[in-house]
Amino acid sequence: MKTSPFLTIAEARRLLVAKKISPLELLEELETRIKTVNPKIKAYLSWDSEQARKDALEADLSKPLGGIPIGIKDAIVVKNAPTNSSSKILGDYHAPYDATVISRLRAAGAFPMGRLNMDEFAMGSSTENSAFHPTYNPWDQTRIPGGSSGGSAAAVAAGMALATLGSDTGGSIRQPAALCGCVGFKPTYGRVSRYGLIAFASSLDQIGSLTHSVEDSALLLNAIAGHDPHDSTSLQLPHEDFTSEIGRDLKGMRFGIPKEYFVDGMEPGVRAAVDQAIQQLVSLGAEPVEISLPHTEYAVSTYYIIVTAEASSNLARFDGIRYGHRTTQSTDLLSLYEKTREEGFGAEVKRRIILGTYVLTKGHHDAYYLRAQKVRTLIRKDFEEAFKKVDFILSPTSPETAFKLGEKVLDPLKMYLADIFTIAGNLSGICGMSLPCGFSKRDGIELPVGLQLLGPSFEEKRLFRVGHAYEQSTEWRHRRPSTL
Amino acid sequence: MSASTPAIDVAYLARLARIQLTADEETLFTGQLERVLEHIAKINTLDLSGIEPTAHAISVFDVVREDVVGESLSKQVVLEQAPHAANGLFVVPKVLE
Repeated sequence: MKTSPFLTIAEARRLLVAKKISPLELLEELETRIKTVNPKIKAYLSWDSEQARKDALEADLSKPLGGIPIGIKDAIVVKNAPTNSSSKILGDYHAPYDATVISRLRAAGAFPMGRLNMDEFAMGSSTENSAFHPTYNPWDQTRIPGGSSGGSAAAVAAGMALATLGSDTGGSIRQPAALCGCVGFKPTYGRVSRYGLIAFASSLDQIGSLTHSVEDSALLLNAIAGHDPHDSTSLQLPHEDFTSEIGRDLKGMRFGIPKEYFVDGMEPGVRAAVDQAIQQLVSLGAEPVEISLPHTEYAVSTYYIIVTAEASSNLARFDGIRYGHRTTQSTDLLSLYEKTREEGFGAEVKRRIILGTYVLTKGHHDAYYLRAQKVRTLIRKDFEEAFKKVDFILSPTSPETAFKLGEKVLDPLKMYLADIFTIAGNLSGICGMSLPCGFSKRDGIELPVGLQLLGPSFEEKRLFRVGHAYEQSTEWRHRRPSTL
Repeated sequence: MSASTPAIDVAYLARLARIQLTADEETLFTGQLERVLEHIAKINTLDLSGIEPTAHAISVFDVVREDVVGESLSKQVVLEQAPHAANGLFVVPKVLE
């Protein structure tokens, strides 16, 4: 049977279990769609048709995600497949092992299907920093899809994936989900193993999902969450079913509206859509409370000190010795390192390594890195205080809708400010979601707006409950890009 | 220090980070990073006395496992990824004269 390219995981599972479609048919329909649409959107870097067919034929439908293909951000390693983090420096690297999230997807019956484009090493908010090519927004191909998980978001929004995995260090799942009009979910830091995620900033990176529905995000988290002996920062927590609160109403819930997030300069259509979402939540029985997150204005500074410091250290491993690209122009060991890294890294990666090196050098360490870590404490405490008063926090995901390709490339600071509403969630480790909440007209084109919901650490179930109730009470999820 | 001395010595930092930069890149990055530094200096306006630093949002300490030999990748599999390997070893330029 011919299915909709915008099928959710839950819907696909019902069709598979009822034998209305086989896993192979589902995959073939998906592949046909990718072949038609990907040349316009360029979300996928590559996919292994033969391996995916094998996986589909062997799919065990009795498992929770049996027969479901999942697109994978190029930062997550898949055994025997090329993985580049959209960087030239990894050369023709083929991962010799599966990331833990991939093993877990397989254990749940799903399988990886395709590598998705991203900003190089997840450094960026537009996917223009990919060493391969940009990805285009499905709603308007002159615009960026957001980033860094731009390929993961665009693939879902363009109906080229049932769901995808991404990673979120400062908003890299939530911001592209908002700009492409899909659901993006970042779990609490430590909920999901980072083993096999090519490291950007280890104290902030977390793997999460991009999906057509809130329920699908919960289904995927069920599969990928849990302690992993290979990642000492993954937490030992009791097993839970993340779908268990989906369907509950919102009566009596209190949500915080941080006054620092509703300031001048926001795109008017974004403001209007979020105001409308607040009214919708009120009509569902939740109560709004104005709150303050007083250290918000320091979040971007704090983030770019910590993130570049960690990146400069993490990316030291790419030296041309053990894997990936090695220069042919070297005369000695030092020039081998220097030329390999010059040839292999893009401009933004070089910039961040240099800034990270600067904030860690003797004389600057205390003034920048240590101070940033202290401000991080204050930002974390802002959220702890807020969550004493409210069950969840609401804000726009991004102050604006998708911007034009090239608009911010030459101004790194402007690009950094694109993450203004999402980075505090990473600094404090809490869980967060972006979901479609309407459209804003920009240059005469209707572009998706994302609503961000933030929950206390380990309260993913609460966010799924709220997100699902909101999503089902609105029609936004049924809107599709007309340009495809 | 004259007023025109850049706040950030990009050439020096690039050497520390083992990245060769072109002269154009040095100039471009200096200007861009000076603007970023100007912005991030905002945190200097806060009084942080008595505040503990946060290294990880959710800290776990002393994570140890049982001291048993586990499976790891074979030497052959690891060396297959090397840009240059021979005789079961990574090949690198001469380090000692």
